[in-house]
Parts: sequence; C-alpha cells; structure tokens
Amino acid sequence: MHPFALYSTVSGYATSVDNFFFALTLLSIIIAGLVFVLIAYFSVRYREGSPHSGGRRPGLELEITWTAATFFLFLFIFWWAASSELQALHAPTNTLDIHVVAKQWMWKIEQPNGIREINEIHAPIDTPVRLIMTSQDVIHSMFLPALRIKQDVLPDRYTYLWFTAKKAGVYHLLCTQFCGTEHSRMTGRIVLMTPQDYAHWTSTQQPAQSLASQGEGLFRSLGCSGCHGPNSSVHAPDLAGVYGHAVQLSDGRTVTADDAYIRDSILLPRKDIVAGYAPVMPSFEHIVSEDQIVRLIAYIKSLSSDRVLNAKGERK
Amino acid sequence: MTDITLDRLPHVEAASLSYLTEGHTLGSWLLTTDHKRIGVLYALTITFFFFIAGAAISVVRLELVHPHGLFITDEEYNRLFTLHGVIMVWFFLVPSIPTTFGNFLLPLMIGAKDVAFPRLNLMSWYIFVAAGLVTLYALIAGGVDTGWTFYTPLSTFYANGNVIAAAAGVFIAGFSSIATGINFIATTHMLRAPGMTWTRLPLFVWAIYATSVVMVLATPVLAMSLLLIVAERWLGMPIFDPANGGDPLLFQHMFWFYSHPAVYIMILPAMGVASEVLACFARRRVFGYVAMIISLMTIAVIGFMVWGHHMFVAGQSPYANLIFSFLSFIVAVPSAIKVFNWTATLYKGSITLKAPLLYVMSFIGLFTIGGLTGLFLASVPLDIHLHATYFVVAHFHFIMVGGTVSAFFAALHFWWPKITGRMYPDAWARIGAMTTFLGFMVTFLPQFVMGYDGMPRRYHVYPEQFQPYHVISTIGAVILAVAYTLPLFYLTWSLRYGKIAGDNPWHATGLEWKTSSPPPKENFEHTPVVTEEAYFYELEGVEDNGS
Repeated sequence: MHPFALYSTVSGYATSVDNFFFALTLLSIIIAGLVFVLIAYFSVRYREGSPHSGGRRPGLELEITWTAATFFLFLFIFWWAASSELQALHAPTNTLDIHVVAKQWMWKIEQPNGIREINEIHAPIDTPVRLIMTSQDVIHSMFLPALRIKQDVLPDRYTYLWFTAKKAGVYHLLCTQFCGTEHSRMTGRIVLMTPQDYAHWTSTQQPAQSLASQGEGLFRSLGCSGCHGPNSSVHAPDLAGVYGHAVQLSDGRTVTADDAYIRDSILLPRKDIVAGYAPVMPSFEHIVSEDQIVRLIAYIKSLSSDRVLNAKGERK
Repeated sequence: MTDITLDRLPHVEAASLSYLTEGHTLGSWLLTTDHKRIGVLYALTITFFFFIAGAAISVVRLELVHPHGLFITDEEYNRLFTLHGVIMVWFFLVPSIPTTFGNFLLPLMIGAKDVAFPRLNLMSWYIFVAAGLVTLYALIAGGVDTGWTFYTPLSTFYANGNVIAAAAGVFIAGFSSIATGINFIATTHMLRAPGMTWTRLPLFVWAIYATSVVMVLATPVLAMSLLLIVAERWLGMPIFDPANGGDPLLFQHMFWFYSHPAVYIMILPAMGVASEVLACFARRRVFGYVAMIISLMTIAVIGFMVWGHHMFVAGQSPYANLIFSFLSFIVAVPSAIKVFNWTATLYKGSITLKAPLLYVMSFIGLFTIGGLTGLFLASVPLDIHLHATYFVVAHFHFIMVGGTVSAFFAALHFWWPKITGRMYPDAWARIGAMTTFLGFMVTFLPQFVMGYDGMPRRYHVYPEQFQPYHVISTIGAVILAVAYTLPLFYLTWSLRYGKIAGDNPWHATGLEWKTSSPPPKENFEHTPVVTEEAYFYELEGVEDNGS
C-alpha cells in the first residue's frame, strides 16, 4: 500500500485537488497567524497599566473594509473550488465500465469481461474508468483516497465515480459511510496497472463469459427477447443502439438511456414509457437480482458498442 | 460606569437573602421556579452527561492506540461512539450555555425578576432529565450502533439495539429545547427593564435570543425525522425504504435541516460569552457592537440554508452541491467578522489575563481554526475527498469542543463569583485554561493530517499507516481529560474556602453585576433603570463619544 500520500500524483485530478488544498492551507495559516499574532501583541502592548491604553478606535470604515475583503476572498475561493468541480463533473463517453455492488460488509466487483472480484478493483491507467455502483442493503460509500474521490453507494439506485489514473500502484479502497458492525472491515484495494499489464491480468484470470454475453443469455431466459427481439410480434422498443441516446417519452420528456434509465425500465417499467408504445411490460422487481441487472445492462450496452458515439450521444 | 437607580442591600443582609439560602430542602430545589436555581439544576445535569459521554470516548480513544484494537469488539466500539455523539450533542452541547448561563443570566442581564414563564422553565428541566434518562438507558442497556446521525435504511431496518428508544429520548429532549427557546424569546421581548432598549442589550442576550429562534424553528424538523424513523422501524410504514418507493436521502435532508442549525445553537451562545468576557478584561466596549448583532442574526438565518453541504457525496445533484457550497461560504463571512471584532476589542484596551479571558482567547483561537477548516469542507472538490474522514471530525470538534466547551468554561469562570458568591484560585484556573488548550491541540491537530491522508471516521480497525497520529491524539486526550477534571476540584474547593467575591469582583458593566453575589431570589430590590449603552467601561469615557 502507498505509505504516505499527503500529495497524490496518482491522477491529474488528485494533484489538482492537492494543489488547491495546500494553497488554501497556506492562506488559512496566514489568516489564523494574523489573528493570533494580533491577540498576543495587543495583550502585551495594551496590558493593564500600559500608557497606550485608551483612545479613539476606528469604527465603521474598518468594519466595512474587512467585511468586503472577507466576502470577496471567500467568493474567490468558492469560484476556484466550483470551477474545478464543474470540470470534473462529466465522465468521458468512452469509459471502461466496472460494476460495483456493495453489501454489508463487502464490495463485489464485476469487470466488463465478466471477471468477478471481491474487495479489489483492477483497473488500467491512462484509461478513463467509470464505476457504476449500487448497494444491496444500507448506504455505503466508495472512497479511493489516492485518487481523491468518493461517492455514496445507495440501495435501489446507481451512482457513479470516474477517474483517469496515471500512476500504477496498489492503493486503499475504503467504505466511508457508516454501515453497521463491520464497517471498518469493509475495505480493500484498488490495483492500478499499465494497460498492457491489465490486458495480461484479464487474460490470466479463469476464462469467464463477458458480462454482455451472460446478459444475452439472461435476455433470452427471462423472456425479454420475446418482445424486444427483432422477430417479435409484440410492439416493444428495439433496444439496439438505444444505450447512450436520447429517448422520447410519452409524457413529452426526453431522457438519456443510461444505466440508471435501463435499470428503472426493468424494475419500474411504467415510470418512463417510450413515446408510441403501450405500457404493457411487466415489472421484473424481485425477479432479477442486482447482479443480473448488471449483466442485462452490459448486453444492451453491447448492442450499441459497434457504433461510435460522440460527446452528445448521437450516432456518427 | 452606568447610571443605574438601584438601592443595594448591605452585604451582611444580602448574604442571608441570596437565592441559595431561600430554602435548604431538596424539595425547595426540585420544585423551584427560580431561573437561577433551574440554571444550577441544568448545570449539574449536563455536567453529569458531559462526563458520561467523555468516559465513552476515552475508551474509544484508548482502543484506537492499536490499529487492530485492544480490548473491545466492533459492536461495542460502534455503541460507544454512538453514545458519545448522542449524549454530547443533545444532552451537553445543545443545552450547554443556554440552559445554564442563559437561564441564570438572561433575566439578570435585562433587569427582570425571572423568565417569562417560570413554571414552563421548570417543566423544561424535567422533560430534559426524563429524555436524558430514557436515552441513556437505551444507549447503555441494549445499545445503539447507528452513530448520532441515525442514517436510514441502516437505522430503520439493519441496525441492532434500541434505536426506537434512543430516538424517542432525543425526540422528548426536543420539547425541552422548544420550551426553553419560547421562554427566552418571550422574556427578551416582554421583560426588559425600563431603558433596556434592543441596542443596549448585552451581546450575550442577543446571542441567546438568536439561539432561541433557531431552537424553536429547527427542533420540530428533528422531531419529525425521528418520528418517521420510529414509524418505519416499528410500524413498518414505508418512508425511507427504497424497496417500497421511499427515499433514504429524504432522511438526510430532514436530519441536516435541523442538525446544521443545531451547530449554530451550540456556537451562537459561545459567541455571546466571548463578547462579554473580552469587553470586561479589555475594559472596552465590544468593537462593532451593531456589526456583532447583525452577524449573529445573519448566521441564525443563513444557517438554515446550508444543510446540503453535509451531502456533497450523498448523491444529490451536483448543481445543488454548488449552491450549498456558495451559501456555506456566505455563512462563514459573519463568523469571520466576529473574530475580527473580538480581536479589535483588545486594541487600545487595558488587558488583564485572568482565567476567563484565557479561556476566551482559547475559544477565539480554536474557533478560528475550526472556521477556516470549514472553508475547506465548503469547497466541493475538497469535501469529496475529506467527507467522513478524520478531517471532518477534527473540524467539528474545533468548533464544538474548542469553541463551545472553551466558552462554557470561560462563562463558568467569569460568572462563578456571581453564581456562588465565591472566588476560585485564579492561578489554578489559568493552569486549567492553558492545559485545555494544549490538550485540545495535541488531540485534534493530528486528526486533520490523518484525515487528509484518508483515515475514515467511525473505524474500529484501521490501516497501520495512521497509527502514529492516533497515538498522539490519544496522548492529547489524556491531557484534555485532566484539564476538564481540574476545575471540578478547585471550583468545589472554592465553594467552602474561596474568598468572598463581593457584588462585582471584575468591575464589569451589566445589570447582573449590580446586584449582590449570589443574587437574591427576586434578583433586584427595585427594578433597575438603564440609561447607558452596554459595555460602557472606563476607557470609553476618555473618547470623544461612546462609538
């Protein structure tokens, strides 16, 4: 494990967070130092019996000056923090997607090619990686301190984290939302490897079907293909190419078909009805598990993967 | 000095007429409606809770000396930090200064005989004691392992132990808060002595007033969220459970809608104490009196709009994050203004470094560090990394312990002569003040570093790289424990052997110092008439005007 990581160079984002942190620390030391020095200085200079005691002090002009100065200083810090936050908000579109399912008290990881891991994430550097996360029970939180990122993991909902690491190594993976008895043991490692090592690692793991092909099997066995298949007589939306695209809904809204949307469509099919279709799909709540949903999404995603997507999610 | 029409009784007679000698039976205390006696009852009660919660965290701190723990299980560890948090927040910090010094001083400071509703005041104390005992029972017998935050669905479906009883205890305590808040608001509005205008009120009264408003407005929301937990856990009503269409984040929104303003319930009275003590020992008016009032009220109002900064990584909209971040920076401005004004109060003063002033200086120093690290946590990218780490633990302990508890001790030492009529040994008290500051810094400074390095809070076992910080922190906690116990000895000693204080040992302004020490049951022989502004110390007289 990385021994001492007060300044992280594991990703460009982590370094920018650290630069901001140390700049703010310096500023804070100056402000606090000024207050402490003044209090000490005044305590000596104006001690009881001092000839300097008494006399007129400045009033409103000083009050207005430091109020305005503080306000603009804080506004500047906010602007700095907010702008760096906005830059990191959206993941690139070509991410390597790794699924994470949290439960008391372990992390279940599924690589895109179907490799399963427990409390360990292998990921390549120099590649945008996205974690698609959900929980089977309480709220957990995925904390990768070396990458300076964290996101709560909620039941019945997807949340995401993304990063592009640039330095290989083994780093902490910690749960930071108190989740019950063994919260402090819900820890693990993230293993960042060069793309070559990552390819080598995936090939040496026991051969597994990729998530997408497992999903294809489920798609048939659960009966999805009966309606959504190309030869079906039921009027249901064609799922090829739908992932990552805008979908027009019957109530006039337009949503992007992302992981959360597909998950909702499986569990709560009446929530978002696609325009032009009847609400005939039954709910698969309590029928499919989180793990199976992950596979189904991977399959639906694979139906779009042969098409190149640009940033707006439109076909080229 | 102030011009106050007030006939004082001779000392000999005054001593025999103090509120302390108005009856010696247990019944005369338990059935009293005298705000001063109720203040003393509260002081004894919260001191008890303070040491219970302190004992719990002492075990936790010792346990953390070793990365794999020393002598307790995960379950016991979780229950101990939950006990520490629940008791410290709701049964020490929230009631601390308002119920003790607020109760004792508010009527004295505005020249009233008692609070507006004396019997409601006594009832508040009984509700508080009942709530405290229910909660303590729940936390000790059976235990609760949710942390003081009761996050759902952990608290509703997964946690073991007496969650319902603990939530009920805190729910009941809320009524005590609300009743006290209403009482203080009514008292401040209705019972001010002739001439005691709003712009002549001591800043402590303003602080208690602002706190009371927050208490009355925020506490019902806590009550609702706790009630909903009970409804879901006990009756199975689907509210926060996502499997039944509920939203677990709804709880967090409701909880922090109370619990962020609750931070201001804890710190605003401390700010009031700091102003009183600084003015007295600098012999000057508090610098920027009006700015101080505006700051207090601004904090009280904007404090209601920043709760989302506890939820930057919880899964709320990133744009909501930015709005809450912005508002959090805004609420920090008046706090900074107050620090500058306190510092400037010393300017051209005549300063004596007595124990209360040392405690207040320690308050200002620790509050400044706590406030500045708050800016780190208000910044979204830094909070994403620091959320739920020891950095946050250190930050809020600087505010609540460094700030509120230091101010509580300052108040205790400043008004002790008024409350008991006796002086304590100042040298011991100064040693106590400096030991507190030292112990506090050693305990909590390393927590900032390990927090930034990634040490999560609420961890029983932890990666070995963090051990040195934990060891230093535990050593600091030992120093802190000594520092907090020390006043128990010399203050108790002073009750019997301390020098007789006299009416006004600090030569302070303020109506509470115009009556005898300890004050008579009715506070004043005749209703005082106020003709001067607050803090008209002798050094103000040499100015052109009192500004």
